[in-house]
Amino acid sequence: MKELDKEVTKNNIVELNEVFKHFGEIAALDGVSAQISEGEFFSLLGPSGCGKTTLLRLIAGFEEPTKGTISIDNSPMFKVEANKRPTNMVFQSYAIFPHLNVEENVGYGLIRLNLGKEETSRRVDEMLQLVDLEGYNSRPAHALSGGQRQRVALARSLIMKPKVLLLDEPLSSLDKNLREQMQVELRNLQRTVGITFILVTHDQEEALTMSDRIAVMFDGKIIQIATPQELYSRPISKRVASFIGEMNFIEGQLLIDEKGKTSVEAGILGKMDVNRDQIAVPLDSGLVTIGIRPEMMSLLFEERDRTEFEIGGVIKESAYFGDMTYYTVEVSGLNSPLTISMRNTSGRRILENGESARIGWGSESLVILNKT
Amino acid sequence: MVEKERVLKINKKFQIFAYAYLLFLYLPVLLLPIFAFNDSTIISFPLNSFTFKWFAGLTEETYLHESLKNSLFVAISTSILSTCLGILASRASARYEFFGKKSILSFLILPLFLPEIIVGVALLVVLMQLGLALTLWTVILGHTLICTPFSIAILNSAFANMDMSLEEASLDLGETRFGTFKRVILPMVTPGLISSILICFTISLDEFIIAFFLTGTETTLPVYIWGQLRFPAKLPGVMALGFLMLLLSLLLLSLFEYFRRRTNRVIDDQVNLEFGNLFKS
Repeated sequence: MKELDKEVTKNNIVELNEVFKHFGEIAALDGVSAQISEGEFFSLLGPSGCGKTTLLRLIAGFEEPTKGTISIDNSPMFKVEANKRPTNMVFQSYAIFPHLNVEENVGYGLIRLNLGKEETSRRVDEMLQLVDLEGYNSRPAHALSGGQRQRVALARSLIMKPKVLLLDEPLSSLDKNLREQMQVELRNLQRTVGITFILVTHDQEEALTMSDRIAVMFDGKIIQIATPQELYSRPISKRVASFIGEMNFIEGQLLIDEKGKTSVEAGILGKMDVNRDQIAVPLDSGLVTIGIRPEMMSLLFEERDRTEFEIGGVIKESAYFGDMTYYTVEVSGLNSPLTISMRNTSGRRILENGESARIGWGSESLVILNKT
Repeated sequence: MVEKERVLKINKKFQIFAYAYLLFLYLPVLLLPIFAFNDSTIISFPLNSFTFKWFAGLTEETYLHESLKNSLFVAISTSILSTCLGILASRASARYEFFGKKSILSFLILPLFLPEIIVGVALLVVLMQLGLALTLWTVILGHTLICTPFSIAILNSAFANMDMSLEEASLDLGETRFGTFKRVILPMVTPGLISSILICFTISLDEFIIAFFLTGTETTLPVYIWGQLRFPAKLPGVMALGFLMLLLSLLLLSLFEYFRRRTNRVIDDQVNLEFGNLFKS
């Protein structure tokens, strides 16, 4: 509730209204609407080809929508060229000008503002300090590492004081360690400067760790907009659920009694009471899909371990990930085996294939989704 | 440690053949300086004493000076004109889609493979039909026709290998389209422009057939040399002149090669690169 109030009072900095984009016969964007608030870290998440980069390029002004409107800071952007928009972009390739050094790259956009030499170099230095590149002023572009190029690209955009910073998969070309470090830095940088960031990514983990809100896109449409926690625990469809992490799907019946109490009947798993808010989209009683995350189920190792519900199964496969072990457990009476992840705490052994195990869960961790 | 590349040993006989071939190729060219410094009007061995007089003699030939001036005028105009056309064509081919793009570009390159004599005769016929007088400008026209394909070939790789997002980044940072061309595109293709100008200059400077057909009363240097060959006494002078032109060509070609490599280096500095350079293989 509190979260909601906060969003209402905040200004919408970007408003997308029924935006379509066709490339010939292909509809890259198929009616996208969204409001992005001031100071927000907003992510567009989706598989490649879902239209997320196209949407970003439309906001930047590199392409015009076939239909629909885009407003930035309450002014419509129809036929406004990229160089006239209050947005700046960090490109996937970083697009550092190879014939210029760090200072000239960062100060590139200031030249047109005619600030004078002193003011320009003061602002450049300030920016370089912000992105942790002090003293790199005269370093040529080709002598920069991947991470440094990204910082230059960031500084070059932020120095223009944009209303919105657009980031097109900025971390995809970095190696894993640097990527994780940059995720934190980028998030901190966004909080420091307070500018709205719109990030395009196909990496769900990246979106979850960095964003205030995430828009999940499939086939040119936004399917769900939610905070990371909401998105993970209350995905609105099977497709969203399996794109954001892993989820077990079990067929079941939704029952609504005369008092409005809701429960699900899932064959061998029994009848379980669920709350209204566990039902992702308004559903009538009837066939539904019950979803549960692998970490929301557990294998009961000790005799005395008790959970709300439990059932017996046989370990079919185990995958060891160091901190976690993923088990595939066959339960007779279920169409497909369940995936269960267990933290490898001290003294806990890895179960062998073929061993029987007790599976436990609570009804509050279920999500009720549409059948398809 | 760099791993040693696998190489195959070449047969000795083939190696000797290769050297013999090179000798056959360059011996005539080496004769130029030899006879250019030989103190005899007859071009044959044995050699007489060493002299600079043929070079000194060049300074007194007014016709030579005229034709040299003409040639420089033609070569400079041609190289600038061809390079400008080359910029437009390569930019269009790299960034724009239009109807018949492939065939248009193929036809632009075609003069590279047409026999020059055909081009020369055809142009002459057209100019005669149009009733235009033959001047140095008609020569420039012909030379531009054959030089433009070279310019396109050189500039194409420079334009095509440029990351599109560099232009977008410049626009995104508030720069206009013209400003982007000036501040990003041009600096990045400058080495390519210089090598295009140099190669067009070199081609135009020693082109004979088209110049011979299209020249009016003012002759270019190659046409002048051809005329001199009728007078045996002038032959050593031609040798001296040839030697000077050889030196100039070598200088221009080395400059061309230097700038061509720089083009590739500038492009190398970009994150992703592909090569489509005609002169690379």
